[in-house]
Amino acid sequence: MLSRVADHLYWMARYTERAENLARMLDVNCRMTLLRSDEDTVRRRWSSTLETVGQLEPFLAARGAVTQAAAIDWLSFERGNPGSIGQCLGLARENAHAVRGTLTSEAWETLNATWLEFRRFRPDAVTTGAPGDFFEWVKFRSHLARGVIQGTMLADDALEFTWLGTYLERADNTARILDARFLLLADDAARADEAGDYYEWSALLRSVSAFEIYRKVYRDLITPRRVAELLVLREAMPRSLRHCMARVHATLERVANDRSAETLRRAGELHAGLQYGRIDDAIARGLREHLSRFLAGTADLGARIADDFLVSEASA
Amino acid sequence: MAATRIFDEMHADGGPVRAHYRTYADWLAGVPPERIREKRAEADLLFRRAGITFAVYGDETGTERLIPFDIVPRIIPSAEWDMLQRGLRQRVTALNAFLHDVYHDQEILRAGRIPAGQILCNTQYRPEMQGIDLPMDVYAHIAGVDLVRAGEGEYYVLEDNLRVPSGVSYMLEDRKAMMRLFPELFARCAVSPVEHYPDLLLETLRSVAPAGVRDPTVVLLTPGAHNSAYFEHAFLAQQMGIELVEGQDLLVDEGEVFMRTTQGPRRVDVIYRRIDDDFLDPLAFRPDSMLGVPGLLTAYREGRVAICNAVGTGIADDKSTYPYVPDMIRFYLGEEPVLANVPTWVLRRDEDLAYALAHLEELVVKEVHGAGGYGMLIGPRASRAEIEAFRARIVADPARYIAQPTLSLSTCPTFVESGLAPRHVDLRPFVLSGRDVVMVPGGLTRVALREGSLVVNSSQGGGTKDTWVLEARDA
Repeated sequence: MLSRVADHLYWMARYTERAENLARMLDVNCRMTLLRSDEDTVRRRWSSTLETVGQLEPFLAARGAVTQAAAIDWLSFERGNPGSIGQCLGLARENAHAVRGTLTSEAWETLNATWLEFRRFRPDAVTTGAPGDFFEWVKFRSHLARGVIQGTMLADDALEFTWLGTYLERADNTARILDARFLLLADDAARADEAGDYYEWSALLRSVSAFEIYRKVYRDLITPRRVAELLVLREAMPRSLRHCMARVHATLERVANDRSAETLRRAGELHAGLQYGRIDDAIARGLREHLSRFLAGTADLGARIADDFLVSEASA
Repeated sequence: MAATRIFDEMHADGGPVRAHYRTYADWLAGVPPERIREKRAEADLLFRRAGITFAVYGDETGTERLIPFDIVPRIIPSAEWDMLQRGLRQRVTALNAFLHDVYHDQEILRAGRIPAGQILCNTQYRPEMQGIDLPMDVYAHIAGVDLVRAGEGEYYVLEDNLRVPSGVSYMLEDRKAMMRLFPELFARCAVSPVEHYPDLLLETLRSVAPAGVRDPTVVLLTPGAHNSAYFEHAFLAQQMGIELVEGQDLLVDEGEVFMRTTQGPRRVDVIYRRIDDDFLDPLAFRPDSMLGVPGLLTAYREGRVAICNAVGTGIADDKSTYPYVPDMIRFYLGEEPVLANVPTWVLRRDEDLAYALAHLEELVVKEVHGAGGYGMLIGPRASRAEIEAFRARIVADPARYIAQPTLSLSTCPTFVESGLAPRHVDLRPFVLSGRDVVMVPGGLTRVALREGSLVVNSSQGGGTKDTWVLEARDA
């Protein structure tokens, strides 16, 4: 298939997935502030979220003080923030528009309708009213897009590059969400088995739809070690790093061309590290260190995929 | 062609419904107004959902406008279509013969039927094409011929669009919408199908592949997603199952054209291009073009790739060439034209100029290179001052202009704010030339939505209607 078309599909999928994960993070934050709403905690929580997505500085420069409403607005609607949910949905739609002939009409219409509906939300009503409904809507539209794509598109290279974008982005996002949470634990190894703050950890699990899964898998107290194990190493967990990398690796195997051998090897290496790794080793060495290396690995894969398959002037 | 009596497609003078509209009119009379309102809203939603839009240039918020769709079809009886089809086939055949002649032996110029200087000094004449042989000798593979009607059986050709005519996607989408909104109508009226247009187009494109290519790879070359007709480009590529490429996707290597794919370069044999000649190849034409493919023209001239429509077709649909088309038909085919031209005064001729200057307030004056309804004077609608300003421009350079009588375009009932009212319409059938000359029955009907307006262009507030050619048994 055309490299440019593959590029658009890949980014369409990445932006859709990114919008969903951002909504997940914001949703959890909002729920947490319902539990403990002293101003200081709320401010720290939103500052840390802005930091995770690399937006703290631009936010402070534009808005001054951190408040929940301003942070939600910045991360959901701000046009000046290239990573806001709105910008992601717009870019997903723009990429889909550029290749609408490759998508099924149902797939294109779903992404187009998402964008049209998004523009009907009033930012002030969302940020001061019930932002949870908005985040639910974002997640639902992302589920819908994935379902329509899976249910209607021909299983050819177009679909491969779409899933490649989805899973690489999801791997990256899950790693970031984990990284942000473990940032608050000064010494992973020492505190890995403490029950810790039940609400903090259950919120993290909920943000990646893993709360019920945790209960089913462990039938036990929530500990940071098991949370890490579930989200990093469990293959059956659809948002875990291992699950995502298994998909990325297998996809790269199927679309391989005569330039992509090294990219495939690196994806395989990253996948094998998760497949055969042990959570104790990761924690002993420092989980944050482990996650940073993983994030560097996915960034490297992203760049190599662009070089091997896509157009070099990618719309990243 | 008297300006006073306007021909209405549905109603004969005084009100009675014409025979070929009777089934439709009976149905319409039985539909309650609120259902019509619902259906119009539903149509709007259908088009917006599907993103059948055209981009508005320079709009930051990315607004895309819908081309208004009207639910009252324009109906053509089968005998009338037979005549139109004959005329269209004849005209496009002659135009292709003319193009081949102009770029080869130029017999028509040597015979003095068209002034040589007017062709050879025209910017639309492409010397690069001189002596180049094309498969089947076809230049204008896709022609969108604009027809208007002034009276009973009285059709005129207004323009031959032979470069990159657009609008066929609206013809297809209008039909799809009508069938979805009013399935019961199609059970009652025998409407000739148009849905096979993409098949005919693909067959036409494949038939003009370079000699020796057995299973040609056809691509559609678009300027990109920001082009106002992008919807149509994507739509046609999808319907034909061919790749939609941009200039950056193509490359020329050792005289052959390839597209960049995730599996490396892949050979391209036929390019259905939707960008103008000027932007095709920065090495040959505009060096600042970001849309084209360097080296494409060389590969084309060597016969390694087919470009549809051919480079240089603009010389045949230029407004300065238009007055000579009836003569071309006589010259190349030895036949009398089936379809008439609008009488045209060519202002490079002294006597025509004198007549036009004396009658500006009743004429339409057009710039010969203008398109899309820009750069023209509509005498009866213009103020004194506008006429005088235009007069000065004509006198300064008469060869740039032609003049025509103001036609009273026929009207068709159309839903507007105040209800059903007559609005002016034209018709653009699409004629395909490859191994054969073929077309689907009908075309795109454009309607000027403003009361009294004669301008049907979508860029200036025009809408579209489904066009029904009735099967013989119903007409």
